[in-house]
Amino acid sequence: MTDTVVEATAPKSVGPGKAKSIALNILPPLFFGGLVLGGWYFISYVMLAENRRFLLRPPDKVLTEGFLDWGGTGGMSEMLQSLWSSTKVAGIGLFLAILIGLFLAVLMSQAVSVERALFPFLVTLQAVPILAIVPLISFWWGTGQTSRVVVCIIIALFPIIVNTLFGLQSAEKGMHDLFTLHHVNRVTRLRKLMFPAALPALFAGLRISAGLSVVGAIVGDFFFARGEVGLGQLIKRFASRLQGEELLSAVILSAGLGVAVFLLFTWLQNKAIGKWSDRAGLV
Amino acid sequence: MGDNGSAALAFDDIGMIFPDGTETLQNISFSVDKGEFVTVVGPSGCGKSTLLKIASGLLEPTAGNVAVDRDRLGYVFQDATLLPWRTVLGNVELLCELHGMGKAERRELAEASIDLVGLQGFQNHYPKSLSGGMKMRASLARTLTLKPPVFLFDEPFGAVDEITREHLNEETQQLFLQEGFAGLFITHSITEAVFMSTKVLVMSARPGRIVASFDIPFDYPRKPDLRFDAEFARISGEVSKELRGGHS
Repeated sequence: MTDTVVEATAPKSVGPGKAKSIALNILPPLFFGGLVLGGWYFISYVMLAENRRFLLRPPDKVLTEGFLDWGGTGGMSEMLQSLWSSTKVAGIGLFLAILIGLFLAVLMSQAVSVERALFPFLVTLQAVPILAIVPLISFWWGTGQTSRVVVCIIIALFPIIVNTLFGLQSAEKGMHDLFTLHHVNRVTRLRKLMFPAALPALFAGLRISAGLSVVGAIVGDFFFARGEVGLGQLIKRFASRLQGEELLSAVILSAGLGVAVFLLFTWLQNKAIGKWSDRAGLV
Repeated sequence: MGDNGSAALAFDDIGMIFPDGTETLQNISFSVDKGEFVTVVGPSGCGKSTLLKIASGLLEPTAGNVAVDRDRLGYVFQDATLLPWRTVLGNVELLCELHGMGKAERRELAEASIDLVGLQGFQNHYPKSLSGGMKMRASLARTLTLKPPVFLFDEPFGAVDEITREHLNEETQQLFLQEGFAGLFITHSITEAVFMSTKVLVMSARPGRIVASFDIPFDYPRKPDLRFDAEFARISGEVSKELRGGHS
C-alpha cells in the first residue's frame, strides 16, 4: 500500500471566532443574572413594605450582613465550618454511592437474571421518600453523621447505577463479536471493552449524582442533627430566627457547593474522555 | 468448488435455519486454499454474512461442518469496529494484546501493519478524527498484526465512497499478494469481486445456495485499469446475469 493518505482532519478555528464565541457564552448568562438581581431588588424594595422586608432581604444586605459578617453565631466563619461539614458528608456519601453503584452495575451487566432481580428493588429504593424512612435510618444508624451519609447514598445511588449499566451495555455488537472471536474472558471483556465504553454514560450519571449528594447532605442535616453542624442545620436555625440575610447566604453557599461538585466532575469527565468522546467540552 | 482436505477453509454441506424458522443457507460446500481469494456475491439478505459468522465460529450451523484453524483467524467487519477510546496504534495493537503478546512485540507488529496500510503519521489519532476509509485501513491493520492464514472480509468497503473503495480494493490485493493468506470476501459489488478474486461464487436469494462459480483468469498484480478491460466486462456481465436470477 503505497498510496498516500489524502484525508485530513479539519483545522480548528482560531482567531476572532474564539472571542466571539466567548462573548456568546458569557454575555447571555451575565444579562440574565442582571435581570434576576433587578427583579430581586424590585421585590425587596418595591413590592414588600418595610415591615415585611424580612421575607426577601435585598442582595446588598445579604452580601454585607450574610457574607461579609464574619464573627459570632451565624457569622460567615460558622457558615464556612458548616459548609465544610456538609462537604465532607456529601463527599463521603458520593464516594460510597459510586463504589456501591459501580459494583451493582457491573454485577447487573454480567447476567440478565441479576439485572431483573435487582432492578425493581433499586427503583423502589429510589422512589421511597426520604422523610418516610427517616425513623428507620435513625434507629439503625443514630442521628449523627452516619445517618446523613446514608441519606446521601440513597439519593445519589440511582443515577450512578442506571447510567453505568446503560453504558456497560452500550458497546456495539461488532465490538463484542471481535472480542468473542479472540476468546476473551469475562474480566478482560469488562476491562478492555465494556468499562471504557461505559465511561461517557458513567460520567453523565456522576454529574447528576454529584449535585444530588449535596442535596442529600443538606436534607440529611435537617433530620439528623447530632455532631457537627452542617448547612442544613444552619438553614433551619436561621429560618426559625427570621435571619433573612444569613438564611439566603447559607442557601447560596449550598448551591455553590452543588455547582462546585458538578464542575469538578465535568472537569474530571473532560480529562478522562475528552480526547475521544463527542461529549468532550460539555460544561 | 473443492472438497480438498488440506484447504485452509472448507465448508462441507452447510445449512442454517434460525430459531424463528428462517432458512438462510442450504447445502453450501466449497473450500478456500492458501493463496486463493474467493469472493461470494449475492443479493441482500441471502446469508452471505451468516456464512462468515459460521466460518468464524460466531454462529453454529444447523447442518454440515466447517474445517478451519480458528486460532489466528482474520475477520474484517462491515464496520471498522475501532474502539473510540484507543488511538490508531492502540486499536491496531488490540488483538495482539488479547492474545497475550508482550508490549515490545505487539508495538513492532502494529507499527509494521500501520505501514502496510499506509497510515503512518496517524498512530496517535483517535478514530473520531479519521475518515471512513482511514478507519477501514486501521481495521485491516489490526487484523494484519496476527498474520492470519485465513482472512474473512464481511463487506468491509460497503460504506466508503467509490474512489476510496477502488483504492482499498487495490490495497487489499497488495496485502493478499504480500501475505499470501486464504481470503474469503463478501460483497454486493461485482466489480470489486472480479477485480480482487481468484474465484467468484454467486449465491442465490434466501435460502442462500451457491449457484455459479467463476474462475477469474487475470494475473496479479492487477492494475486499476483492468476494470475497463473487455474480458473483465464479459466476466462481470456473466456474474451479473447469474446474480439476477439465471438460476432459480
